[in-house]
Amino acid sequence: MSESATRAPVIEITPELVADHGLSPDEYEQILEILGREPTWPELGVFSAMWSEHCGYKNSRPHLKTLPTEGPLVVQGPGENAGVIDAGDGWGVAFKIESHNHPSAVEPYQGAATGSGGILRDVFTMGARPIAILDSLHFGSLDSPRSRYLLDGVVRGVGDYGNCVGVPTVGGEAIFDPCYERNPIINVMCVGVLRLDDLMRGKAEGVGNAVMAVGARTGRDGMHGATFASVELDEGSDSRPQVQVGDPFTEKLLLEASLELIERDLLVGIQDMGAAGLTSSGTEMAARSGSGIDIDVALVPVREPGMTPYEILLSESQERMLLVAKPGCENAVAEVLSKWDLEAAVVGRVTDDGFFRVRDGGEVVVEIPVQPLVNECPTYTREGVEDPEARRLRELDIAEYSAPISDQEAADALLTLLDSPSLASCRWIYEQYDTTVGTNTVVGPGSDAAVLRLADSGRGIAASLDCNGRYVYLEPRRGAKIAMAEAARNVACSGARPIAITNCLNFGNPLKPGTYHHFAEAVAGVGEGCRALSTPVTGGNVSFYNETPDGAVYPTPVIGMIGLLEHLDRVVPSCFRTPGSTVVLVGKTGDELGASEYLAACHGVVGGAPPRIDLEEARRLVDFLVEAAEGRLVLSAHDCAEGGLAVALAECSLGSPDGPLAVEAELETEAPAAAALFGESQSRVVLSCDPEKVDEVVALATDHGLPVAVIGSVGPPDGRFRLAAAGVQIDLELDRIFEVYRSALPGRMEKQAGLTT
Amino acid sequence: MKIGIVRFPGSNCDQDCYRAVDEGLGAEAVYLWHKSHDLEGCRAILLPGGFSYGDHLRAGAIARFSPIMREVIAFAREGGPVLGICNGFQILCEAGLLPGALVRNDSLRFRSHPVRVRVEQTDTPFTSEYEEGDVLRMPIAHGEGQYVADRSVIDALESERRVIFRYVDGLGQPTEEANPNGSVRNIAGICDEGRRIVGLMPHPERVVSKLLGTDGLGVFHSLIGSLRATGDTAMPTTKTHAAEAAEASAP
Repeated sequence: MSESATRAPVIEITPELVADHGLSPDEYEQILEILGREPTWPELGVFSAMWSEHCGYKNSRPHLKTLPTEGPLVVQGPGENAGVIDAGDGWGVAFKIESHNHPSAVEPYQGAATGSGGILRDVFTMGARPIAILDSLHFGSLDSPRSRYLLDGVVRGVGDYGNCVGVPTVGGEAIFDPCYERNPIINVMCVGVLRLDDLMRGKAEGVGNAVMAVGARTGRDGMHGATFASVELDEGSDSRPQVQVGDPFTEKLLLEASLELIERDLLVGIQDMGAAGLTSSGTEMAARSGSGIDIDVALVPVREPGMTPYEILLSESQERMLLVAKPGCENAVAEVLSKWDLEAAVVGRVTDDGFFRVRDGGEVVVEIPVQPLVNECPTYTREGVEDPEARRLRELDIAEYSAPISDQEAADALLTLLDSPSLASCRWIYEQYDTTVGTNTVVGPGSDAAVLRLADSGRGIAASLDCNGRYVYLEPRRGAKIAMAEAARNVACSGARPIAITNCLNFGNPLKPGTYHHFAEAVAGVGEGCRALSTPVTGGNVSFYNETPDGAVYPTPVIGMIGLLEHLDRVVPSCFRTPGSTVVLVGKTGDELGASEYLAACHGVVGGAPPRIDLEEARRLVDFLVEAAEGRLVLSAHDCAEGGLAVALAECSLGSPDGPLAVEAELETEAPAAAALFGESQSRVVLSCDPEKVDEVVALATDHGLPVAVIGSVGPPDGRFRLAAAGVQIDLELDRIFEVYRSALPGRMEKQAGLTT
Repeated sequence: MKIGIVRFPGSNCDQDCYRAVDEGLGAEAVYLWHKSHDLEGCRAILLPGGFSYGDHLRAGAIARFSPIMREVIAFAREGGPVLGICNGFQILCEAGLLPGALVRNDSLRFRSHPVRVRVEQTDTPFTSEYEEGDVLRMPIAHGEGQYVADRSVIDALESERRVIFRYVDGLGQPTEEANPNGSVRNIAGICDEGRRIVGLMPHPERVVSKLLGTDGLGVFHSLIGSLRATGDTAMPTTKTHAAEAAEASAP
């Protein structure tokens, strides 16, 4: 008793302490009402974490509710550890995305590593074996030493974690723009496979069932991570204690142990102790089941003596799980954990009184009704106002850039674009990732979508991550729709049918009207895309406050799209494979240079409206691509995106697995040359096919109401890259553009002398 | 015909090895737990890749002391065929069953991509189905794959024809460019003096299907072929722990 008294110091609840916990006076009033009394210090901490933006979705929930979440193949939608879709024959695919932006800004290696760790746990707690990781990385310009340091650390962090756990990192994107300089966007998506019979959920059912803490011990690391994720990064702030430290070796053991527990049917429910640790896992499991939970923190295995209940409740130490054992299975659970050299401790019981009750030995230190704590976090619908600067840039007159250009200017522009780190080869990144462990990776990084084997079903899973923040900044609704359409197109290029998405909504401070407007409009755009493409949302993550005194990042709603491929042996590669094949462009090329990488990289201009997007047409393009793959009509299919046709064609040529393939193409168009070559008109795809199949390809595209043109052929023996449009011809030696394309990233990263990580 | 795949805590290519043995080879794959002292009568042992014991201290440094390794070492010393892939190769070197060491890649970064390796020798249980000079394409994925050894050791390896695989370019030449990690003389795999213990850094178990490539199949076919050729009696079949105990307690 005396020990408990020293461990739980009585701290007076002052207005300052409430404010330090990120709670407004009104929110505090609501807490007083819920409790009918003043909270204790640990209770204040619990409310602070659960009502943080990260856990409570205070500013986003009203908008997220507008997103479609149901579909014929959705088995588990939002609200669980991960979403799950039905992949046929009793197989399911679990997937989710998560951000680790702020930790990575402060400590890139651990920040990125623990981001991977968290999302892996979200997937394997569903009973799924993780088979792939994808990462969407947005950094500042690589001309800045800080950005190079962050890229280096993040890539090592993502790599070391996944490599060690044995989950391949198979795809993603890397975007570089000064707006991400001090607040990088690090989003990691995990895909897992399960037998739907084994589907597990984060439930706390059955009065008297044992609640167990398993895995790593609880330490003082990562205190207030959820709250940290919910504020802006300050000038010179030292937030390192709020960054967790990951141990992929323990994660691997925990993964195997958890899957064994689920397979042996020993569990009622299981949840990662992620953001807000024991607090969020305990209360959310109870809330889902309408039950209560009674925990004694004195029973939680800790790393060091003297930890207070407050610390134990809010620690974000990694590689921990909270689980509810089936009656009488506590010992069997402990044996499985012990087999994997991990600890397990019964820390409490499920109750039916609806309270989250925490004891410290004998003394009750927290007693909060679960439902209002978890489900009645105050939400705010704010007044959004369009950011005048974004509007000014969108309305910028960019007509002058459509003026005629010479052959030389066009060639130089292509070389500049291929040297732009956002468009250049990501090989320097993904060669640091194990991409093939697990022997499920049929198509790895460097393609429009990663394609994975779905066990031995003969079917495949395609996955893609996409977002162009510049588009969303300039015109949020359209930009979000483009992100949706591009993600779907990427998946469909591989031959897979897009099924569902997970999204990671990275924005600035929502209390600022401009940011809020961006958020509201972007979510509306995502919703429109989901409906038009029949790809509901199965879960995701909101990351606000991606903002420093320099300003906010571009609004960056990253879309993680999952598709299913009926016949894995009909998978379509992105890049050219066969000399002699015919090159076909599907889609219409307009005079659309707005918001393009061409304007940014070649003219230093961010402005103009993003290209038009017709979601109904995007849908028809998806149908066409899936049917073309199914009918084995095409040899390759690649999305035409940033950098326009010239870059897309170059990527098809340079990404060929056995070295670059020459290409010669000419596009007939009414668009001016710069727009024809580098404009980013949407819903376009570069295909290659057997010359004998051209008529069928053209007919199929026409049937779907899609513009289609035969533009050239692969593999003339002269080793050149030739593309002509609107009277301008780019004619470059293949080896030269290949060198530019592949050395853009390593060339810049080698500048990084004296790096210590 | 049972083939044992050792599972250390942190092994992550164990399931890939299991699948490579189990599917299409007509052999029985069994997992051998690191805490066990029982090789369960297996005719050959595979040490899979991964990060055994988290690669704490040094890759393979702790695994060599695990209980199962005592039995694996005894089995290998009696001439039993043992293959170490990636982390398994590192463990074989740490255990002293193979000479030399695997240190950090010269790039100081983890490297993961397909490489070409040339089969240098075919008189081992893991390469007998290949032709000398065959160039195989298989992935590497390692941070510590740079093979190093004293000059005298390297000379002995060369003169005794114990370099089994070498990194080569598209023309089959062991060039500097084709060397992914700075290994001395482009060495990708070696064997012991008895030619029964082989270690290599690339992953043959990841290329054993039509879908992902088949260049690694030969390693597993070679093993099955060599086990069949030697027959049951000529091989030092592993003793079960129980059998050993019974023997020890026999009058």
